[in-house]
Amino acid sequence: MVNIKINGIDCQAPKGSTILEACRLAGIRIPTLCYLKDINAIGACRICVVEVKGARSLVAACVYPINEGMEVFTNTPKVVESRRTTLELLLSNHKRECLSCVRSGNCELQALANEYGVDETYFEGEKTPSDIDDSAAHMIRDNSKCISCRRCAAACAKTQGIGVIGANERGFATEITCAFDMGLADTACVSCGQCITACPVGALTEKDDTQKVLDAIADPDKYVVVQAAPAVRASLGEAFGYPVGTNVEGKMIAALRRLGFDKVFDTNFSADLTIMEEANEFLGRVQNNGVLPMITSCSPGWIRYCENYFPEFIPNLSSCKSPQQMFGAVTKTYFAEKNGIDPKKIVSVSVMPCTAKKFELGRDDQAAAGVPDVDISITTRELARMIKQAGIMFNNLPDEKCDSPLGTGTGAAVIFGATGGVMEAALRTAVWTLEGKKDGTPIEFKDVRGVEGIKEATYNVAGMEVKVAVASGLANAKALLKKVKAGEANYHFIEIMGCPGGCVNGGGQIIQPAEVRNFTDIRADRAKVLYSIDEANTLRFSHDNPDVQALYKEFLGEPNSHKAHEILHTSYKAQKLSK
Amino acid sequence: MIKTIAELNAVKEQAAEVVKTRVDCVDNGIKDVLICGGTGCDSSGSKKIVECLKEEIAKAGLQDKVNVITTGCFGLCARGPIMIVYPEGSFYAHASVDRIPEIVEEHLKNGNPVKKYLYEETVDGDTIKSLNETAFYAKQNRVALRNCGVIDPENINEYIARDGYQALYKVLTSMSQDDVVNCILDSGLRGRGGAGFPTGRKWQLAKDLVKDADQKYVCCNADEGDPGAFMDRSVLEGDPHALIEAMAIAGYTIGANQGYVYVRAEYPIAVRRLQKAIDQAEEQGLLGDNIFGTDFSFRLGLRLGAGAFVCGEETALMTSIEGNRGEPRPRPPFPAVKGLFDKPTVLNNVETYANIPQIILNGAAWHAAMGTEKSKGTKVFAVGGKINNTGLVEVPMGTTLRTVIEEIGGGIPNGKKFKAAQTGGPSGGCIPPEHMDIEIDYDNLIAIGSMMGSGGLIVMDEDNCMVDIAKFFLEFTVDESCGKCTPCRIGTKRMYEMLEKITQGKATMEDLDKLEKLCYYIKDNALCGLGQTAPNPVLSTLRYFKDEYIAHVQDKTCPAGVCKDLLKVTIIADKCKGCSLCSKKCPVGAISGEIKSPFVIDQDKCIKCGVCIDTCKFKAIVKA
Repeated sequence: MVNIKINGIDCQAPKGSTILEACRLAGIRIPTLCYLKDINAIGACRICVVEVKGARSLVAACVYPINEGMEVFTNTPKVVESRRTTLELLLSNHKRECLSCVRSGNCELQALANEYGVDETYFEGEKTPSDIDDSAAHMIRDNSKCISCRRCAAACAKTQGIGVIGANERGFATEITCAFDMGLADTACVSCGQCITACPVGALTEKDDTQKVLDAIADPDKYVVVQAAPAVRASLGEAFGYPVGTNVEGKMIAALRRLGFDKVFDTNFSADLTIMEEANEFLGRVQNNGVLPMITSCSPGWIRYCENYFPEFIPNLSSCKSPQQMFGAVTKTYFAEKNGIDPKKIVSVSVMPCTAKKFELGRDDQAAAGVPDVDISITTRELARMIKQAGIMFNNLPDEKCDSPLGTGTGAAVIFGATGGVMEAALRTAVWTLEGKKDGTPIEFKDVRGVEGIKEATYNVAGMEVKVAVASGLANAKALLKKVKAGEANYHFIEIMGCPGGCVNGGGQIIQPAEVRNFTDIRADRAKVLYSIDEANTLRFSHDNPDVQALYKEFLGEPNSHKAHEILHTSYKAQKLSK
Repeated sequence: MIKTIAELNAVKEQAAEVVKTRVDCVDNGIKDVLICGGTGCDSSGSKKIVECLKEEIAKAGLQDKVNVITTGCFGLCARGPIMIVYPEGSFYAHASVDRIPEIVEEHLKNGNPVKKYLYEETVDGDTIKSLNETAFYAKQNRVALRNCGVIDPENINEYIARDGYQALYKVLTSMSQDDVVNCILDSGLRGRGGAGFPTGRKWQLAKDLVKDADQKYVCCNADEGDPGAFMDRSVLEGDPHALIEAMAIAGYTIGANQGYVYVRAEYPIAVRRLQKAIDQAEEQGLLGDNIFGTDFSFRLGLRLGAGAFVCGEETALMTSIEGNRGEPRPRPPFPAVKGLFDKPTVLNNVETYANIPQIILNGAAWHAAMGTEKSKGTKVFAVGGKINNTGLVEVPMGTTLRTVIEEIGGGIPNGKKFKAAQTGGPSGGCIPPEHMDIEIDYDNLIAIGSMMGSGGLIVMDEDNCMVDIAKFFLEFTVDESCGKCTPCRIGTKRMYEMLEKITQGKATMEDLDKLEKLCYYIKDNALCGLGQTAPNPVLSTLRYFKDEYIAHVQDKTCPAGVCKDLLKVTIIADKCKGCSLCSKKCPVGAISGEIKSPFVIDQDKCIKCGVCIDTCKFKAIVKA
């Protein structure tokens, strides 16, 4: 421990702590803007400045390490005045559209401006010229609101190992853009949206598709079906004042129903279906000397990354469509047929923790009924906005259940939303299948749980050593695949999720400010929700899902049958890194 | 290959014979003609002069009697292209191709210097002074520049003739790492790049702080970016081996086997000569494995900068070498702990290194004997602006500003009055006449609100508007800010806008307060040294020339007559003869009138260029 004085009071903090961390321990909150733990520590915005005795100038608390005997002052007039000026400068170059901005109320700059009582017009002058980039399917960049904190660029480069955005130009003209003035759509962007959740202000937003949904609902000729992904229920409540890690499954379903969807279903259903297909695909590859390791295909950000950067692993990818797409495909074939609805009249809507889903629904080979499997994908954030706009008092809603038949899911399905969840669900069914379908089959595979970027485990299944690996966050995926490619690691089965921590931390989830993310692990808190739903479920094996069983019996036949392949599987192709 | 001191000395003795005509002014019937091949003289045609000279010498059959040597910068750039003839040391100013035949015939062949082409100060009736006796050189003490304008920088042997690589030999064979550190510490050498950090201390930290480093680096900052500063370029162009030798010494001292010179790509001559020097040193075994047969190995690589000013900041420079966008990173960690590629690194600028071999050879005490109490040795200044002898000047620390400007610099042209000297480039400040007698050293300059910087010294006279000067430097900073931190990215832009408002006569006294407050904010809050010092030109002019600011704000006038928006060009009717000349010369057709009656300027059209004022023979047009 290191002894320091903060505002004249003796404190202790672990060696290697920054002033920011030491102050937090001592109960002093220091404002931050550019700092994002583990992702961006560049001391650029200067909002976290403090006085250190003996230092020539103010120092940035987010990056300045403490040392023995250091005396820190966090709240002197000089510090406060400096922070205020920093905010005034930022606001002087910020498009102050705060009344209507989608981040109003959830904007870190707005919150600080309010806290420090700044005069937003104190500095007048030119603003950095910028253009809006709306070329990508999933998001919009409006640099007139950008404060150049670079959290997005760091998330892209460091967390995801991609780096398609970064600072261009210099000085006052500095802008975070793609290289050579390319639009985001023309780059190797995988649409993961980690940049959006990293953005403290309203410069980065998902493309808002809520009006399309409202229009469909209002159209009497349309039959609007909605599915909600497992991870949505673990985050949606945050938009309504619930703490991170609150399960709002029942209220979410009730809200969707009140928004006017004709059927409220659950992506958990197609998650179970995915396991049926994927576990069988895996067993098939093992038994028939197929390409191994097999790698999961649920995460469209990961799929795009693989096509962009590791096309040599395309044969390793499971051919299963993602749960979102399987759900859409089943809706427009099986459900349409069963209920006598023209698939062309069905509008298939998904609520996803993910922005890449907006991109995925437009991919080739995703139209089982000749029409797109999924028509509109909205994020958790967009759903929250729709609920608020509709005047639905979310917190007072009763807990409701999904409609039948596509509304049933097992515990194995709901954990898809956390890193390792797909692996665990697949292992449950695979082990059960291989070990002769007896009671006492293991349910929980805890080695593959948790927020670590790369996890490995070996299981003995029916006398065979099954080596598995789980990676989340594409920089981790990159590291893992490099090892596999170099022959330094061998696995049978790999789960990869594009976002760190899996879908619970997806780019479409409710945005938590850095202040929360820097001191709590929202990935772990949200994952807990899913594991507790799993634990409480009486059905914990995907193959036990009665509606899935009925689907095979009535429509698909066997898993991996010809029909199942036509409807539930897809293909991939290598992509150029930029246009 | 040179592996022993005997081999080094053999080369030295042989080469000393070659250079003795110019170094010792020995008259052995051979003449050395030295032509400056520095960037300044090169761009005024020195290359052509060399060609012509060689041709004419051949024609006259003097090939065996005359050597033509292209050197680095002599310093007195205002008189370039410069040509010196040894052993007599005759100084030909403004040399040109058309003068060469006469000089070859009269001087080189017949032995009579052509007086009319000599630098006027060296000619006094029948006596001709040598270069070193001129006021410009007499007060100088050339340590860092000792070989510039003396040797052929593209010939390693000439460097060796001037004790080159003796210091490296001494260090490798008879000094411990601590000995070197102590020698540099005792010499009092401080970084010549701007901040003046003690060089020995820097080396000591890089040597000691990380004990088990698998790799360390030595870097050289040759990204000289201050407007008007070119001393590092001159060393690179004129004496590249001094840098190589010094970096190898630094490598030995801290335990690094790899060095990088980060040099701006806008210095093509420097880059070429330095690369050639590195190649020669490698050929001779003075770079590479087991130098002088010892365990010490050292290699040097060039990295070209693309011209971003901020890449002169040490952490930005390293980030740039690493292949990333050149931006500063927060310190700590300091480079001595985590520098280039996260390894312990020493970074010094060119001029600092250029002093090292001399300190090793002559001893710490020799160096410490020069200069002031806290600033030892000499400092090179790039003197420019309103001064007669524009050029490079190396003087002992503690020389007064007055000596540099009035004696060495030859004073201010056209009998104008001295108004201020700007030192330290965009990070520095303006020194007013009342501080003319200040002894220039690191601490004195800081005390009066300026700084040493890399040694740019721009002289201003009464025709310069100090608000305009501040705006000029701010414009530079705004342009060159890397855009990383808020205070520099947005703050300097807002400062510039305020200065613009002042020079347009649109500012209020509140704006002046606001400007000053913003200056102090940026000083306290910016991420790197460049941002923190960016307000200095404004603060120092506010401190010494506040009246001028107030005149702009309150009286809406620019006392120096520079700020166009505050000027009005008018024709004094009584003096105007109606000749119409001004009207014909006006580029925008703003002047009209009838011949032989007073003309009038249309103020809406006038761009205040002043052409009419220069044109009028009757002094009837004034700018006020």
